Amino acid sequence: MSTVLLVSQLLNGLQLGLVLFLVAAGLTLVFGVMDFINLAHGVQYMLGAYLVAMCVGFTGHFGLGLLLGLIGALVLGIVLEWLVFRHLTRRDHLEQVLGTFGVILVVTEGVRMIFGTAPLAMPMPVALSGSVTLFPGLNYPVWRLVIIAVGLAVAGLLWFLVHRTRLGMLVRAGSTHPGIVSALGVNIDRLFLFVFAFGAMLAGLAGAMAGPLVSVEPTMGDNVLIIAFVVVVIGGIGSIKGAFVGALAVGLVDTLGRAFAVDLLRLVMDRSAAATAGPALSSMLIYVLMALVLGLRPSGLFGPKKA
Amino acid sequence: MARMSRLRSPGAIALLVTLGFLAALAVAYVQDSTYWMATLARMAALALSAVSLSFLVGQAGLVSFGHAAPVGIGAYAVLIAGEFGVREVMIVLPLAFAAAALFSALTGAIALRTRGVYFIMITLAFAQMAFYVAASLSAFGGDDGMAIAGRSTFLGERILRRDHGLALLAIGLLGVGLFVLGRVTASKFGLVLRAARDNETRVRALGLATYGHRLAALALAGGVAGLSGALLANQAEFVSPSYMNWHVSGQAIVMVALGGAGHLVGGVIGAVAVTLLDEAIGHYTEYWKLGLGLVVVGAALLRGRGLLRRIVGGQHD
Repeated sequence: MSTVLLVSQLLNGLQLGLVLFLVAAGLTLVFGVMDFINLAHGVQYMLGAYLVAMCVGFTGHFGLGLLLGLIGALVLGIVLEWLVFRHLTRRDHLEQVLGTFGVILVVTEGVRMIFGTAPLAMPMPVALSGSVTLFPGLNYPVWRLVIIAVGLAVAGLLWFLVHRTRLGMLVRAGSTHPGIVSALGVNIDRLFLFVFAFGAMLAGLAGAMAGPLVSVEPTMGDNVLIIAFVVVVIGGIGSIKGAFVGALAVGLVDTLGRAFAVDLLRLVMDRSAAATAGPALSSMLIYVLMALVLGLRPSGLFGPKKA
Repeated sequence: MARMSRLRSPGAIALLVTLGFLAALAVAYVQDSTYWMATLARMAALALSAVSLSFLVGQAGLVSFGHAAPVGIGAYAVLIAGEFGVREVMIVLPLAFAAAALFSALTGAIALRTRGVYFIMITLAFAQMAFYVAASLSAFGGDDGMAIAGRSTFLGERILRRDHGLALLAIGLLGVGLFVLGRVTASKFGLVLRAARDNETRVRALGLATYGHRLAALALAGGVAGLSGALLANQAEFVSPSYMNWHVSGQAIVMVALGGAGHLVGGVIGAVAVTLLDEAIGHYTEYWKLGLGLVVVGAALLRGRGLLRRIVGGQHD
């Protein structure tokens, strides 16, 4: 395999990983603070992409559209929390799965009714739509580099928020000792609202960033949701650091697996067998990774000691 | 209360459910409605799968988010056996049971190391693996799936070819499944499962192996789900990886939670309610999932207790 291919696939994996991180960050915080399993998080990713696509089309300016779309995603997150999620936080996991699965059905069908099933075109800012020569022989799309930059910036911001602010201290404390935090007079419901809405906005941002690369359609959140869960569980529930490491691992394993599985299998089996087993194996790799991690460390890489 | 408890005995409940389904089937047969006979067969098969999941969720406290996997494996057992010329129910059903139970036991051996949300997620991951393996079986349809060679035969007779024959088999299996799982629930084994769900430490202190009990429960429920998949494959005469889509697992959880996880029969109620809701709303609008979703969200917000307990009360789960 050539260096060019390897480097571009590594960058692709990094980019996928950072998109996953944006989705998983909110998910893991909501999990950690409230022990709340939110299946509807993928819906927020989808809604973000739709809102931003709509606002960009409306204003005709990408930056302004992105800002308006993200505010919209934040507001929708608050509305959903107020309507549904806050009533589910103190129930058992079965009811949370039930309620949030229902939200998926409602919102997905609602979006399908309004926008139809046809994918929506997501315009990319013209200045960022070209590609850049990283080194001779490797032209890489600028937009993907932008995603990497945004993902790293958000990771840095989150690290600062969680580890260097009072709010972050409460979030960290809430994820390990929720009872004590609330006994100390912290309004844990308001903390949850804040974390939830912020997570919804990050998921929306991820949807908006990925929008120009994938097709914006009502079910786009489904796969991302499942993979984001894999990320959260690998990293350990409630841990931003775990979500970051898990997201990069999943992004790289998935991308490199898809790119090289057939070639690698060909070393040990014949051509046609490798051609059939390769795609299946590469789709499965992240789940194998997750099963391995959980088999060895039942509460994830950076999760609390007791699951 | 003595009469109530006799009514709640596994035999009585299985009998009531079977008779209810049989009555509905008789009406459909007299009306000569192949549509309703097919729907009843599907409903009974889905109810069987929901009952087995209810056994896991309600009794053992194991919320599996991968129940579509053993169902799909049962379906693929029918497809693959058919391709090798084996279509006899007496062989195909045990095969479907064994394959699905084996899968559940193997994946369960790892999954049971985890708890709570982690367990939900790792069962989902294993189901996704099964999904991708099925999608890669190019000899058996790959991504698109393929039609089965023909419906199964019963002792060499092709009585399942007619929809009422298949519906009878599905209803019979549902009755047997409810009875057997009900007896298991009422047995000492079921007691240990419930006790371990409520307080694992104490059960361990009594010297009982919670891990082994749970693993056996997973294998049993998986096997029953496999039977349900074999029925569904026969009903649709088509098998594809979409049997193992995670939405199917989600829907199974919806059925269990909607009907109430406290009692096995809640699975039947949930499966019937969801299927009827599909049919009823699907009749008026293509966006039927919106209606289902609203009902599901509403149920999650309002109840906490499940339809059954709303109606007849019942033990604490």
